[in-house]
Amino acid sequence: MTGLEAVILTIITASTPLLLAAIGELVVERSGVLNLGVEGMMVVGAVCGFVAAYTTGSAALGVLAAVLAGMAMSLLFGFLTQTLATNQVASGLALTLLGLGLSGLIGESFTGLPGVTLQPFDIPVLTDIPFFGPILFGQDVLVYTSFLLVFAVSYVMTRTRIGLVIRAVGDNHDSAHALGYNVLAVRYGCILFGGACAGLAGAYLSLSYTPQWVENMTSGRGWIALALVVFATWIARRVLVGAYLFGTVWIMGLYAQGLGIGIPSQVLSSFPYLITILVLVLISRNRTLTKINTPACIGRTFVPDR
Amino acid sequence: MSDFLLEAVHITKTFGEFAANDDVTLRLKPGEIHALLGENGAGKSTLVKMMYGALQPSDGELRWRGKPVRIANPAAARALGVGMVFQHFSLFEALTVAENVALALPDATDMAALATRIEQVSRGYGLPLQPHALVADLSVGQRQRIEIVRCLLQEPSLLIMDEPTAVLTPQEADQLFVTLRRLAAEGCAILYISHRLEEVKALCQAATVLRRGKVVAVVDPRRETAASLARHMVGVDVADVSTRMVQALGEAILTLDHVSLPADGPFGTALRDVSLEVAGGEIVAIAGVAGNGQSELFDAVSGERLEGVGGSITIAGHGCAARGIKARRALGAAFVPEERLGHGAVPDFPLSHNVILTRFAVDDGMVQRGLVNLGLAGDVAGRVAGAFDVRTAHSDPEARSLSGGNLQKFVIGRELDRRPRLLVVNQPTWGVDAGAAAVIRQALIDLARSGSAVLVISQDLDEIFAIADRIAVISRGELSDSRPTGDLDREAIGLLMAGAHERGASERAAS
Repeated sequence: MTGLEAVILTIITASTPLLLAAIGELVVERSGVLNLGVEGMMVVGAVCGFVAAYTTGSAALGVLAAVLAGMAMSLLFGFLTQTLATNQVASGLALTLLGLGLSGLIGESFTGLPGVTLQPFDIPVLTDIPFFGPILFGQDVLVYTSFLLVFAVSYVMTRTRIGLVIRAVGDNHDSAHALGYNVLAVRYGCILFGGACAGLAGAYLSLSYTPQWVENMTSGRGWIALALVVFATWIARRVLVGAYLFGTVWIMGLYAQGLGIGIPSQVLSSFPYLITILVLVLISRNRTLTKINTPACIGRTFVPDR
Repeated sequence: MSDFLLEAVHITKTFGEFAANDDVTLRLKPGEIHALLGENGAGKSTLVKMMYGALQPSDGELRWRGKPVRIANPAAARALGVGMVFQHFSLFEALTVAENVALALPDATDMAALATRIEQVSRGYGLPLQPHALVADLSVGQRQRIEIVRCLLQEPSLLIMDEPTAVLTPQEADQLFVTLRRLAAEGCAILYISHRLEEVKALCQAATVLRRGKVVAVVDPRRETAASLARHMVGVDVADVSTRMVQALGEAILTLDHVSLPADGPFGTALRDVSLEVAGGEIVAIAGVAGNGQSELFDAVSGERLEGVGGSITIAGHGCAARGIKARRALGAAFVPEERLGHGAVPDFPLSHNVILTRFAVDDGMVQRGLVNLGLAGDVAGRVAGAFDVRTAHSDPEARSLSGGNLQKFVIGRELDRRPRLLVVNQPTWGVDAGAAAVIRQALIDLARSGSAVLVISQDLDEIFAIADRIAVISRGELSDSRPTGDLDREAIGLLMAGAHERGASERAAS
């Protein structure tokens, strides 16, 4: 294995959870809902995925459990913000705090246990191709899923009626309601999709990235995923670029530490976050770009007048 | 078999204790253009929302071609053949014309085929539209075309139009009437809601008048006068604003000299080279279709935006281009923005606190050593409410609890109470009923008569002709030269609204 190959493989592992969580949140935000609970849904997905896989011995059941757990968390968010019309920002923050606490409780007796690893694909011949083989054909199913989701979301959002309705609901929920669309149902659907994606991202962390359970193992990735959606100006293809850019910065930071450059490791490991802030500042400067794509109703509560 | 297309029979709709519609009966024939008249809050919107399935009646029934129907939701209304063009458009700014139309059609249609149909139908009815244009980039008139074309594609038997001409230039309105008459000739019934009585007289064959939720008259508008229709709506004679006395003008109080300002965001309009002078004792009005730079002009004059302002702004002899809104108020200027709830007043604050917000820096004693004098603020709020007949449920209600007309009287009264030397007001009577509008217009005239300068930005030509001494027209961020009101008629203004004075236009014509 060459050095470059190893670097690329680690970049993929660092980027995949960001990509999975961000593409889900993108759909949520396109429908006009701001769910700040990505971190919480992700960490609950991670612990449930780990526990289910450890107990049953099946990584597939682990992934399934993680998805269901993420959806359950998002359903709570949906119930609060859509049915009870609570403030989305406060509810999302509460969801993150709840998720962090809940995952610690569930995972208490599982901390540090050897987990079940999601096996990568191993296609004879193809995987054996030097360099490209392991990178293109030797990944596990969640990596391929993350790419598939980007293209699927991109296609659905721009080319299909359901995508059109989601964008319409996010742009102007009053108009969508006036035309007879069920705003709350559309948003519930998107919120659940976002929860499922966050769950997948959690599963990737606890079943593939480091196949074990450590408390707070998401370590802020949910927040980066949220920033990525803004970075991508709510366009699915750009989430892919953003996730891999941040993954690369992250890994470069680690390698720089390994090389013993005279920068304190704390500074290096804060790099991805600093870059996040920097990029957000740069993007907000271009108001035209953000204003055109920003879902106009984001974060606004809709109560049908009946 | 009934002669009627849609009948609303003994409809009552209550919200809690309040009856928005009380035993309302309205009958529509195929091919008839039927006006629905009434002041704001008379229950017009409630009634048409029930016809469109957006609300359900509490009592009474709707009949479609003689048979009772329940219109469960807007989709059911559309399936029945009812189309509606809303006053506040139900459009999606970030989507294209074709996407907006597709959202109103029941099935997912082939977008390419739909685009072709939009082009055909829109051109066929004289309302040309480009299917792939982004709604945010379109003028208000063009946006309304989308709403209409969206209805036409469903081949409706009934078209409901809620104040369609409120936002159009006279020429655009004339084009709309041609389209509506043609639709009626094809057998489509049209329910037409408007405040413009002359328009109703010219267009409609029948009119139902609502007052406080009840039908007070069903008349043939062609046999009525505008004054008699207004009397039905209000219940009493509406006072005309008193005509102005010609008086000597004072010195210029507001001077704009080659003012420019970049657009506020991608959907805004940049101001280009705007020059204007308003003297004490006169009312100058700026006409124009919404979205042509009015809000940018207001921001530049009021000082809400300072960054990027080019040229010079002089208020009462002081250069103000770099001074903020507080400093301008201190020079005797007062500003009333277009949006009364959220911009002109904080919805959740009581009126007394809202008084403080525009007057904290200019009234002696309102704020002393950092402490707010709530007693004084309450007195001022009470004085304004008394002087401008602001009807409130109790002494100091929250701004959001006031009706539009009452809040507008308060927001304008709050500034007039200071006796400002300069008043700049954007859309003084937008969405305000006839009674409140007359009070506000009279107050503006009285202020000018007392020697102050008044700048009114308005889209309502009737209002402008009623109160202005001079008129200038803004289009695409350029302001025409102002001319005395007597030298202009609606047609001339319509041409200016369409951009006849723009430098860009003359260059294009010359090349």
